[in-house]
Amino acid sequence: MAAEAGAIDPMSQFRVNPVVGEHWAVWGHNIAFTNSAAFMVIVLGALWLFMLGGMKRQLVPGRWQAAVETMTDFVANMIESNIGEKGKRFTPYVFSLFMFILAANLIGLFPLAIIPGLHTFAVTSHITVTGVLAIMSFSIVLIVGFAKHGLHFFKLFIPHGTPALLVPLIFLIELVSFMVRPFSLGLRLFVAMTAGHILLDVFASFVIQGINSGTAIGPVVSLLSFVMIIGVSLLEILVAAIQAYVFALLTSLYLNDAINLH
Amino acid sequence: MDIAAAKMIGAGLAAIGVGLAALGVGNVFGSFLGSALRNPSAADGQQGRLFIGFAAAELLGLIAFVVAILILFVVKG
Repeated sequence: MAAEAGAIDPMSQFRVNPVVGEHWAVWGHNIAFTNSAAFMVIVLGALWLFMLGGMKRQLVPGRWQAAVETMTDFVANMIESNIGEKGKRFTPYVFSLFMFILAANLIGLFPLAIIPGLHTFAVTSHITVTGVLAIMSFSIVLIVGFAKHGLHFFKLFIPHGTPALLVPLIFLIELVSFMVRPFSLGLRLFVAMTAGHILLDVFASFVIQGINSGTAIGPVVSLLSFVMIIGVSLLEILVAAIQAYVFALLTSLYLNDAINLH
Repeated sequence: MDIAAAKMIGAGLAAIGVGLAALGVGNVFGSFLGSALRNPSAADGQQGRLFIGFAAAELLGLIAFVVAILILFVVKG
């Protein structure tokens, strides 16, 4: 892919290609089933299997059920400690969000490309996907906030004990920091995943180019790059988990603002 | 100066910000460890705040990365 051209092209792995229905169209918009959509379906299937195996409700949980219960307990504890009793209603949403992002990140790292012709596609490395997730969280925060507190929701922008002179300024600053939330939420996940995949692709290109160079130092470069790939892959697995956790954590914090004001 | 060369230099300069964010992230985890070892019993309760601090510090570095990518691939010239 990249190495054949001679130059490193780490962005080609993010290209969205149609798998079937290249010419399907609705009102002039192309609705082809792309590799992005295919991997979202794969993520959904993986999550469905994972949950199906763990929902046996045995009194003494087996390994699989224990794994599922660890995840549900983890999210339930996060909601409990950040929002409190009133936040329990949002556990299913935050759990779905967390599990979808985690599964999409991990499946995106899966080295499927060792089978020629196949290539994993990291769904979360596109801002269209992470942006929609962020807008969903932000909309829920807005809807819950206005439904629960009405126009008192705007008190969120004026902390307790603000001097009257500073109220307009603080209001503006808090408003900006509030409106930036969906962008920072979506951007963080998208850029973290994109950066990791670019890094992996660059080192993978070094391995191939080192072998192809035909010089004495080439294989040494290849070997060192390969060791780096192992290290970066481990780091990326950590980042995949941390980013899913941070997304869920920030969503629950924003929900806390909307439910409890402050 | 050649505009293509200027773009490359600009992207390289923007990438400095990623290194600065590395300082920030290191500071977040370093301070956490420093105080967690003084009072290990209080450390577990602060893990959420640790990751909020990490997320805030990291985001700024990621924005520097986005600027570098924008200069390289999006800006025409």
